[in-house]
Amino acid sequence: MWTFIAKRLLSGLVLVAVISTLAFLLLYVGSGDIARHILGQSATAQGVAQKRAQLGLDRPVLAQYLTWVEHAVRGDLGQSWFTGQQVTQGILDRLDVTLSLVVGATILSAIVSVVPGVAAATRGGWIDRTVQVVTMLGFAIPGYLIALALAIELAINLGWFKPTGYVNPGTSIAGWLGTVTLPILALSAGGVAGVTQQVRGSVVDAMRRDYVRTLRSRGLPEQRVVFEHILRNAGGPALAVLAVQFVGMFGAAVIVEQIFAIPGLGQISVAATQQGDIPMVMGLVVVTAIIVVLVNLAIDLFQGWLNPKVRLS
Amino acid sequence: MNTATIPEAEISTAPAEAGAQLSLFRRLLRNPVAVVSMAWLALLILTSIFSPLLAPHDPNLASLQDVLANPSAAHPLGADSAGRDVLSRLLFAGRYSIAGALLTVVVSLVIGVVSGLVAGYFGGWFDTIASWTSGLLMALPGIVALLAARAVIGPSMWWAMAIFGVLISPAFFRLVYASVAAVRDELYVDAARVAGLSDTRIIARHILTVVRAPVIIQAAMVAGIAIAIQAGLEFLGLGDTTKPTWGEMLNDGFANIYSSPMLMLWPSLVIGVTSIALTLLGNAMRDVLERSGSASRSNSKTPMPTVSAEPVVTHGDADRSAEELLSVEHLTVLYDPPGGRQVIVVKDVALNVRRGEVHGLIGESGSGKTQTAWAIMRLLPEGARTTGTITFEGQDLSTVSPRQMQRVRGRKIAYVPQEPMSNLDASFTIGHQLVEPMRLCLGISRQEARRRALDLLARVGIPNPELTFRAYPHEVSGGMAQRVLIAGAISCDPDLLIADEPTTALDVTVQAEVLELLRDLQKELNMGMILVTHNFGVVADLCDTVSVMRLGRIVETGPVMDIFANPTHEYTRSLFDAILDEETSRGPLENDTTDEGVPA
Repeated sequence: MWTFIAKRLLSGLVLVAVISTLAFLLLYVGSGDIARHILGQSATAQGVAQKRAQLGLDRPVLAQYLTWVEHAVRGDLGQSWFTGQQVTQGILDRLDVTLSLVVGATILSAIVSVVPGVAAATRGGWIDRTVQVVTMLGFAIPGYLIALALAIELAINLGWFKPTGYVNPGTSIAGWLGTVTLPILALSAGGVAGVTQQVRGSVVDAMRRDYVRTLRSRGLPEQRVVFEHILRNAGGPALAVLAVQFVGMFGAAVIVEQIFAIPGLGQISVAATQQGDIPMVMGLVVVTAIIVVLVNLAIDLFQGWLNPKVRLS
Repeated sequence: MNTATIPEAEISTAPAEAGAQLSLFRRLLRNPVAVVSMAWLALLILTSIFSPLLAPHDPNLASLQDVLANPSAAHPLGADSAGRDVLSRLLFAGRYSIAGALLTVVVSLVIGVVSGLVAGYFGGWFDTIASWTSGLLMALPGIVALLAARAVIGPSMWWAMAIFGVLISPAFFRLVYASVAAVRDELYVDAARVAGLSDTRIIARHILTVVRAPVIIQAAMVAGIAIAIQAGLEFLGLGDTTKPTWGEMLNDGFANIYSSPMLMLWPSLVIGVTSIALTLLGNAMRDVLERSGSASRSNSKTPMPTVSAEPVVTHGDADRSAEELLSVEHLTVLYDPPGGRQVIVVKDVALNVRRGEVHGLIGESGSGKTQTAWAIMRLLPEGARTTGTITFEGQDLSTVSPRQMQRVRGRKIAYVPQEPMSNLDASFTIGHQLVEPMRLCLGISRQEARRRALDLLARVGIPNPELTFRAYPHEVSGGMAQRVLIAGAISCDPDLLIADEPTTALDVTVQAEVLELLRDLQKELNMGMILVTHNFGVVADLCDTVSVMRLGRIVETGPVMDIFANPTHEYTRSLFDAILDEETSRGPLENDTTDEGVPA
């Protein structure tokens, strides 16, 4: 068990290292004359050279990279070029907001997907057809359109929710729910669609297994067979899809946060991208990679609990 | 034999392929969803191409007096916050969206298909690197990677879409890789290799045909995602603002949501409907090409065909004194998938089993033995339909409710499957799988069920019952697993045991032990038993009576001694000949008998 976790952690570490290296090369080498960009066209050549020296951009790329790594492993992702803010602090301040949306949407997707997925697989007929059509639409319609529709209908027209802004759950739980409900609903539409389709597919697949027939032959009631044995075996593939959906929702949150004016990572991502604030973008990429690795690790552990074969081999 | 279905495209030549594609399009025309989707996409492409002719205004012409104008004759859909004509912008924007989506599809298709083919077909170091890179690309959310790229390259739509093509190429890579790895070692590909075809030829002729359909479907899906993500980036204000785009229009509409709510409607509709059309088209193509969907369900509307009775050679009954347990009459099983071919697998079968009697059901693979066994327990797969009566202890099982049937299973009729490993649930311990049915069927406590399970494991000859009780199925050998399944089958004292080729999957030495165990248990518990087999040696060893099955029918039945002494039906005799005369090969029987041994 511990070697299993250690192996996954190690491969995750390699992944983060490779992504950050690639991102560093792309961002620092690919950006051209950054100092000129920051100061604008009117700056003097001397001023640009000074800025370059100040940012350390006059040193060889390898040296710059090693310095970045040295700081990064201590948790220091540098300073924003435009606001002077510490990148690590700036990201941490907003990470909880984005994570609460994405984790909320992931949990919602997991819970909401099971019943229609199982029903479609075991009942068939019109239930199956309805579930297939609805999940297909949820899959096809971009999440931000759903977010816009929810914002206009439920928040602006009906006034059930606040259309914009964010209330810290520490301040008011009701206020927090009022601001995060719609973004979470919008984010989870795609997740529910994807996970439901997978639950349906893997339940259909699991029902055809030999051991299901044998369990039935022992006189086990149908509910018992479906909810104890089939669902547990179908859980693995469904969890794998949930992990992929989490990554997708983390990306989709950038746009959804913009629509609901929620001060999460999405806002600083867009701002940093537009300005060309390289240290901030770099930090966001690295933090995203770390989160993805951690989520995949958690899902792997859960898989191991569901299926002992994964755990032991 | 479990030869996987070999794709039909196996021997297709180039002209036939063109024909196949033509018929794909024709078949799509018969699917209403596909027709509507294609009509929308065609409309979109045409209006985009001819947008300079169709658009009433220059899409970038700003006009101060038309700012946020309502729909009018001059501006059919109104004007945006800069006074630009909405309809004209919508039409021109289609060009960029379609071109951008095409760029993404082409980039991802080329990278994904080529690397998938090479990695899947040749394997080796390229496989390792490509699979790892594909995992790397999937690790980051596409938008985050695109934002990082945008920080470097600036607001270029073409670069963004090309980079997105790279990011999404694993969608094609994984698909092609999996398909190629699956067919790489198929016999027909091997045959082509032996025949001296070059790798390029093999890939082009045998492998591309296999991946073609899924790749086309995936391309439609990727195009939909590309359109959505492109509009998403522009909506964030990260696109090229000098060009009219749907996402930029959405952004403008959102900024003026309170004053002109209609502004957002048009780009939303176009983006949404286009995404849906591409997904629907992909699904429709999948239905047409792969015939998936809910094809396994039975088409219960068509009447059951009547299956004529054919004469059965019947030798005298063995022992009329024992109580009759099971009497099957006129049993017919058919599979009738909608749109598929109707198959009758069991035809007018009659079968009698008395208490304490072992009845052999013998025949070659595919003769309907297993289907008969499953039909008796009502455990046939979905899509099967049955007629006839199955009288067990005076009750017709074909008419009882599912709940009543559930009480018969395990307690009255039990089942030992053919393949031990796949018949145990890998997620639960062996102990759990024994205890659970006993608690439900016998209504005993967990401790008592556990004690009973340990006794049963010891009874079926498992050396360390405690250890096996706690083990997961993959931790024990096939022979041990079969013993566990036998223990499970007899755990609730059944009256009838149906054993479906219980030794086929086991080593020869283990086979004899398991058969002996079954015989001992049958005597000890005085059960009736149906032993499905294709081995006359097993029949001679264990059975009192035997029925010979062929093509879904029983052709000869009676006491084992009588049939061995006087095999009457031609087919029974050919079965005997095949055993006794191993030199002569006899078509389909060869596989079944040559390696099975002669009756002792």
